[in-house]
Formats: sequence, structure tokens, C-alpha cells
Amino acid sequence: MKYIDEFRNPSIVNDILTSINKLVIKGRSYKIMEVCGTHTMAIAKYGLRDILPDNIDLVSGPGCPVCVISQGEIDAIFSLLEKEDVILFTYGDLMKTPGSNNESLLTYKAKGVDIRIILSPIDMLKEIENTNKELIFVSIGFETTSPANAILIKEMYKRKIKNFSVFPYNKIMPGIIDVILRDKDLNIDGFICPGHVAAVTGTNLFEPIVKKNRAAVVAGFEIIDILLAIRAIVLQVNNGTFRVENLYKRVVSDNGNSLARQHIDDVFEITSSIWRGVGSVERSGLALKDDFQQYNVLNKFDLIIESIYDKKGCKCGEILMGKKSPYECSLFSKECKPESPIGPCMVSTEGTCAAYYKYMVKSEHY
Amino acid sequence: MSIIDLTCGSGGRNTHQLIVDVILKNLNYPELFNMGDAAYIGNFAFTTDSFVVTPEFFPNCDIGKLAVCGTSNDLTVAGARPEFMSLSLIIPEGYKKENLEKIIKSVRTSADEVNVQVVCGDTKVVDNMSLKSIIINTAGIGKIIKKLNDYNAIEVGDKIIITSDIARHGMAILLARGELQFNGSIESDCCHLYNLFKCLDYNCLNFARDATRGGIAAVLNEISEKCRKGFLLYEEDIVVKNEVKYLCEMLGFDPLTVANEGVSVIIVKRDKVEDVLKLVKKCNYGDNAFIAGEVIERQVVMLKTIYGGLRNVEMPSGLLLPRIC
Repeated sequence: MKYIDEFRNPSIVNDILTSINKLVIKGRSYKIMEVCGTHTMAIAKYGLRDILPDNIDLVSGPGCPVCVISQGEIDAIFSLLEKEDVILFTYGDLMKTPGSNNESLLTYKAKGVDIRIILSPIDMLKEIENTNKELIFVSIGFETTSPANAILIKEMYKRKIKNFSVFPYNKIMPGIIDVILRDKDLNIDGFICPGHVAAVTGTNLFEPIVKKNRAAVVAGFEIIDILLAIRAIVLQVNNGTFRVENLYKRVVSDNGNSLARQHIDDVFEITSSIWRGVGSVERSGLALKDDFQQYNVLNKFDLIIESIYDKKGCKCGEILMGKKSPYECSLFSKECKPESPIGPCMVSTEGTCAAYYKYMVKSEHY
Repeated sequence: MSIIDLTCGSGGRNTHQLIVDVILKNLNYPELFNMGDAAYIGNFAFTTDSFVVTPEFFPNCDIGKLAVCGTSNDLTVAGARPEFMSLSLIIPEGYKKENLEKIIKSVRTSADEVNVQVVCGDTKVVDNMSLKSIIINTAGIGKIIKKLNDYNAIEVGDKIIITSDIARHGMAILLARGELQFNGSIESDCCHLYNLFKCLDYNCLNFARDATRGGIAAVLNEISEKCRKGFLLYEEDIVVKNEVKYLCEMLGFDPLTVANEGVSVIIVKRDKVEDVLKLVKKCNYGDNAFIAGEVIERQVVMLKTIYGGLRNVEMPSGLLLPRIC
């Protein structure tokens, strides 16, 4: 792992901060949304809000994959676990997500359901030879994780595996970016665009942002990456000229990764999808193509995704859209905590509320 | 329905809640309420700990050494000299005798290192459907040198020494499980803290705990709650070995929340801290010791980042779960 220390070098951080301080125009505010959950976490972890000028306001967007899964989608997983003896494979951060019944994958595991945490979907291939049970993969994530999920599904298809299926819950960015930009109350001056999504899609994805006269800067996840992105956004806003800037060139090429996109295209097609707190959003999800529908767990086990409204008082919907901060939610840090999350933003470590709870120093806010 | 899940055993907030809700509610003995590393009975400190770890053998350690060090360290940080220990084994049928002997030999080597004698024990063998690997319980007693689990001894302005680089044990186990498909290994930090403490002048020590499950974050939050004061840590002074730091980084873990097995948090008077640190660094297992921060009035655990920003160091809430991306 190279570059960790280089991209956290305090004296460079200081130089960029000094430069930002000189650039910001007094009396003007800069509202900047980081779309990706990993950016939210990094900003909180480095205590960035503390050291930036007061008139830079960082708000968090809908970029935590676990947070934006709808309640109905979670409940469908649990209803399957209630009635069928299967082995469920999932990424770790889904383990604590609560269902409408207040259960979580952790409590199902405690009751004896076979639930395995995996780091890579490919880990499932080892298991498939050892069992006749149905192996089910919860396929979540954005453009970043979808290629690996697609590779797994293609491999199962190639091997003619029958006892395998997936919850097809992948989401993609274009539709939700549209929703944010179309919002009447949109008062975001610039976006820190998700670097790892861009590594797959390329930077074109963010053109609609600059067409709306907002800044769009693709950034990595170290403190220097984020500060440089903020500086670039301030410059674009000051000059009134907007373009997609790629400051994460060590990972993101302007055209993205065509091989990864090919894997997604082979297996999935673009569809509408339900986002927690936002509702159904066109061109924001991935459905299995016809050849792979045999692996759709919803068909195989007659599962229905109910439309369920968010829990009363939970402000996750507005928080995901950057309209409210966690401090404006009456449940935050009272009923809703990381060990007993009510809304999805508290569930994943990447969620806005979890990041605020974990890293924000208790102050007059609560 | 309320059931016990894995987060209740991870040393974080849910473990604490379970202890308060079920155990302390029914077992309201005054000495138990201290919830220190050991109970003080007359001139003696008394403690117990159970060990279950997969795999049982991992770099620089195994469950036998862990079982002896764990209990002896609890006595040590409570301010006692470890003397006698019990050893109880719960073994699944089918377990290899050869492995059991390896574990017991390791118990002996580890006990000899601090002159502890194993003086009683118990052996049970159970159905291999109900248990997959060996479980060890040890209890220990030792004579008190100075009570180091007295929360009243902690004062605002006192300094915090951490006796070693952090997070090595937790990451060693994770790597040893072989599920990550990374090459290389990390050595556990498991060791006898008594070998370090015996070189120190107990008059200079105000308080000590060992930072096991839940790491530095959990133990400081526990102390903070009990002493009603807070801690301010300085990120730039915290020592984490590169391989540990990088692995944590890849998996999205905060080293402050990762388990240690040979790391103590020592709280000392501000004017004594340099002297104590100098001594600690000279002792066995203390060469990476550092001053981590200080005791503050406000009851919160905070970290000053290397960039000057402040952030909360929360009580870890549950299991360390690798993140999606």
C-alpha cells in the first residue's frame, strides 16, 4: 500500500488549507455535497469540518449502498430466511440493517440461520461445491461492486449451477444524480464526485452537473484528495465556469474501465429502483437480463418487495438528499444509535448518521 | 424477541449493556460493580477469563499462552502480582490429542515466564455438534502491590501511556484465519504485562487497564464512564505498525477499536510521565510505548487529528465488519 502517508502529509494539508482560506470569498457560502459514503467517512475521520473555513458547508449525499436499499428489499431477505433453509452470503455492512420486524441478519444468524460474510463475491465459488443447499447472494452496491457481482453470476451460469440465486439490489448513479439536480430546492454549489464509481463509468457521468452550472470534481479518498477537490470547487464557483475535473487520475481514467462496464452490461440491464427515503427513481437500478433471470431469488421463491414507508420521525430520506443534517433529526443519537439503528444512515459505517455519530465531537448540537 | 447475538460478546456497547441488564441486575455484589480487571479480596486480587479463538494457533501465540497471559494481565493491571491460576478445558470430541498437548505445553511455558503456578482445573469433553473448537477458562489470584483499578485516582491533567503499538493481536487473528487471501502474517502482541510492570515504580502509577476486546477505544470509554472524566488523544503520537495500519485501512477498521492482548493503558501524574515512559521503554514488551494523551474534564473520549481537527472516539458498538467498498 503506497501513498497513504504521502496523501496524508500534514504540511501539504496545511498548504492546501491556507490556499482554500485565501480563495473563499467572505460573505459567500459554499455548499458542497460529497456523493459517496466513503467520502463522508473520510471527512468525519479527519475532522475536516473543524479545520475548513466556516463558510464551507459540507453535506452528504445518497452514496452509501446499504443506506439506500429500501425497507421492502431488506424485509424480502428476512421473509426468505423465515421460510427457507438457505445459505446467505452478504457484505459485512448489511449485517446490522434492521428490518420492519426489528430483526437483523445478526439476529437471524444468532437463531441459527447460515449467514456468511464475504469480502468478494468470488468467495462463493468455493462453497458451491460443498453443498446442495440454495446459496443466495445479496447483490448490492453501485457501479463499483457491480462488475464483480456480474462476474460471479456469469461464472455460475457457465458452470450451469442450479442452487444459486441473487437478490438483485444493485443501484447506479445516473438516475439519482438527475433527481438531485432536478430538485427545486437544490442549493448545492459543487459536488465531490465518487472516485471509485468514476473509475468504472468514466467522468462523463457527471456532465449533467456542470450543465446545471454546478462544479463537479472527481476525487480520491485521502485528506489531500478531498481538500484539493474542495479547492477546485471553490475556484470553479468563484470563476463561474463549470467543468468536470478529474483529480483522481491515479485511479480514474476519463473513459473509465470498459472491461468492467462490459461485465455489467453482460448480466444486467438498467431499470428503475426504489431508494430509501426518495422512492422509485428511473434509471437508477440494475435488473438481471433474461438469460440470468433464473437466478432471481424473488421469482424463484415467490418473494414480493413491499412498498414500506420509512419509520416515523426518521429523516434519512432528507439526509440522503443533503437537505437535512443528522442533528436536525429528533431520533439521532437518542433512539437511533449505531447499536440500535432506526434509519439506514445509521446502519452502515458509511452512512451519514453513523459517520456523524462516530466521529463528531459532542457539542451544543445534542 | 430479545436474543444474544455476536455483538453482545465483542467488548463494545452491547456487551456492556448485556452485563448491566442481566448480570449486574441479578448479581448485585458491591465488588462486582467496580467492573475492573480483577476483584479486590483483602490483600488479594482475583479474576477470571474465558478464551475461545479460531484458529487456536497463530503467529507468536496460541490459545494456551493467551489463556495464561489474559488472566495474568488482568491481575497485573489491577495492581497485583500473578501467583496462582486454575485451568478449565472444554474440548470437543474428536479433538487431536497432539494439539491439546501443544496447548498445555504452551500453558506451562507461559506460566513459568511469570512464575505462576497452575494449581487446580477441570476437563470436560462435549459433543462435536455443539462445539467446534477448544474453550479454555482460567481464573487467577495474586497479591496486591497497589490497587490500580481505583477510578477515584484519575485526575484531570494526568497523562496516558500506552505500553505498545496497538491493534496487532486483532489483525493477527484475522490474517491467520486465512479467509482474506492476503499473503504474509502479523504477529500477535500477546505477552505478560507483569514482566513490564515489575520494573515500574508503582508509586508513580495512578491507574491501569489492559486494552483487549474493543481496543483502546472501548477501554478508554469504559474508564471515562466510571471516573466521569474524559480523554484527549493525539493522533500523531499513536503508534501502529505499518502492516497493521495498512490492513486496517484496506478493511475499513479503526486501529483504536481493534483488540490487543499485551497492551496496557497506564494513567500517571503529568510530572511523572516522562520518567515512567523512560522506564516502560526499557522493559520487556515496552519498547514501542508512547504518551497517547491526557485526562480532561469533559466526559468524552476525543482524538485530535494530525491536522488539528477533533473527532469523537466512540465506544465500538459491535463486531468489526469489513465494509463493502
